[in-house]
Amino acid sequence: MSATIARTGAVVRKELAELRRNRLIVVTAVMLPVIFLIGPTVTILRIKASALSATLDQRVDYALFMPLMVAVLVPAVMSAYSVVGEREQGTLEPVLTTPVGRAELLTGKAVAVFLPAAVLGYLVFGVFVAITQLAAAAPVAAAVRHAPQLPAALLFIPLLAAWAVWAGLAISTRVSDTRVAQQLAVLGSLPPVLLAALMSFQVISATFALAAALAGALLAVDCGACLVVARLFDRERLITGTRPSRRITEKEN
Amino acid sequence: MMARIGSAGQAARAVPPAIEVSHLTKVFGGRTAVSEVSFSVASGEAFGFLGPNGAGKTTTVRILATLISPTAGSAVVAGIPVGPDGAAEIRQRIAVMPESPGLYQRLTVAENLEYFARLHGLPRPRERITEALAAVGIADRAHDLAGKLSKGLRQRAALARSLLSEPAVMFLDEPTSGLDPVATREVHELIAGLRERGVTVFLTTHRLEEAERLCDRVAIMSTSLRTIGRPEDLRAELFAASLDVTVASALPEPGQVFGGLPAVQGWKAAGRPGGGPAGYVVTVTDPARAAPAVTRALVAAGADVLSIARSRHTLEDVYLELVDGTEGSPR
Repeated sequence: MSATIARTGAVVRKELAELRRNRLIVVTAVMLPVIFLIGPTVTILRIKASALSATLDQRVDYALFMPLMVAVLVPAVMSAYSVVGEREQGTLEPVLTTPVGRAELLTGKAVAVFLPAAVLGYLVFGVFVAITQLAAAAPVAAAVRHAPQLPAALLFIPLLAAWAVWAGLAISTRVSDTRVAQQLAVLGSLPPVLLAALMSFQVISATFALAAALAGALLAVDCGACLVVARLFDRERLITGTRPSRRITEKEN
Repeated sequence: MMARIGSAGQAARAVPPAIEVSHLTKVFGGRTAVSEVSFSVASGEAFGFLGPNGAGKTTTVRILATLISPTAGSAVVAGIPVGPDGAAEIRQRIAVMPESPGLYQRLTVAENLEYFARLHGLPRPRERITEALAAVGIADRAHDLAGKLSKGLRQRAALARSLLSEPAVMFLDEPTSGLDPVATREVHELIAGLRERGVTVFLTTHRLEEAERLCDRVAIMSTSLRTIGRPEDLRAELFAASLDVTVASALPEPGQVFGGLPAVQGWKAAGRPGGGPAGYVVTVTDPARAAPAVTRALVAAGADVLSIARSRHTLEDVYLELVDGTEGSPR
């Protein structure tokens, strides 16, 4: 068990170190949240105190939904790169000849993407809420503060980020081109976001029970995803690009 | 030359063979990459695995390194059968240096090695890294970014990475591919150092002089195994003993000169048309007996003898004899 933790930790450290050194990735990963912060913030700040209740609700719905996208798009793109990118760089084969197990490698990669994505997601929300409370008109600030989406967003940020991470990793283990992986990962991360959007914009009546059910389902999927993605991760397919024989890989750790 | 960084390789020497392969076959779709290959490699042996592009060398290494599974046949590496149950244990005992160094460009050399040391679960990783880098002579480059290193230094860093876990068996896939002569010589010295430490070296290469210089035995592959043995034995097996004769000008009747001499079986002209020195290859059963007789016959015929020497066949001759015409066959 301690060996597993040590190896997973090694993968996390390596991934984060690589991320830190790649300024372009850091800059682009920060740009997206900034864009998703500016739009909703400006929208809220432009609402006048005298705005009609319906208009206010509609704009708050929009403003509180958009930052959720940060928690989905950033990890989807980054995790989509993590396996196929290593394959393209030629660094995957040496790693696969070490004793690291599939679940250890994938969990390490997932954690290394999830942590910055969740932090960015919360940061965007935190900054958005702080600005609106300081600078928006009092009724508007109160509407934001009391919106049911606010606690929901705090719950859904990590759940959606984890979904996007595993969707990206799953795709990254099965495709051979980074660009394809990133495009598919963005698409693959969208289904729960669409559901959240339908609730946020009240196309579907967003009851507490429905939100809890969606959160529970996402949590279950996120927890089980490691096992599913580990099964998709096949050394032979990754190395040779061909369908593997089953003699070794079925029980491979 | 190479600093000693551990004794796992020597310990493994007591457990021969290090690799045993039996009827190994790998088919990708409908394409056979490796067919019915069988051989064994003793512990501590340096074993050369030769063949043209697409001969199945890398596929064989990948099977032995548990990266891909065989379609048929079996293999034992470091005493553990290659299969689902032993894959992780085999990976603990081997190291693979692929043709491409596979270093993380944005990490330093030390960070690259530290990652692999931790994946292997090595105790005292920092010490092991220092020792491994010293062993390959790049201790002073530990904090350089891998992406800033020359190709030769990257190969060394990759070799240091392979040394970290003190493997019993080391697979080196084209370790000098793309290197200049100086870097190639340095890598050769490192490989020779591995042999001295008792590590079983499985060397895949296109460079025949490299295999001849570094390996105890070689196998020549072209999807199936064409031959295996010590380079000198393969030469003896494939080529009859012969003498290379050079005279100042072509003999008017070479058949009369070489015919009927003791221990001489036949002869053929060996190039050099025109008016200059002429060469002949004289096939013999016993060079020591034939050489004096050939010399005397040439002198008696009035020929000006420039040289008579026993023919030397290189490993390249053996290789070309066995695999000529198979270049580009399926990998």
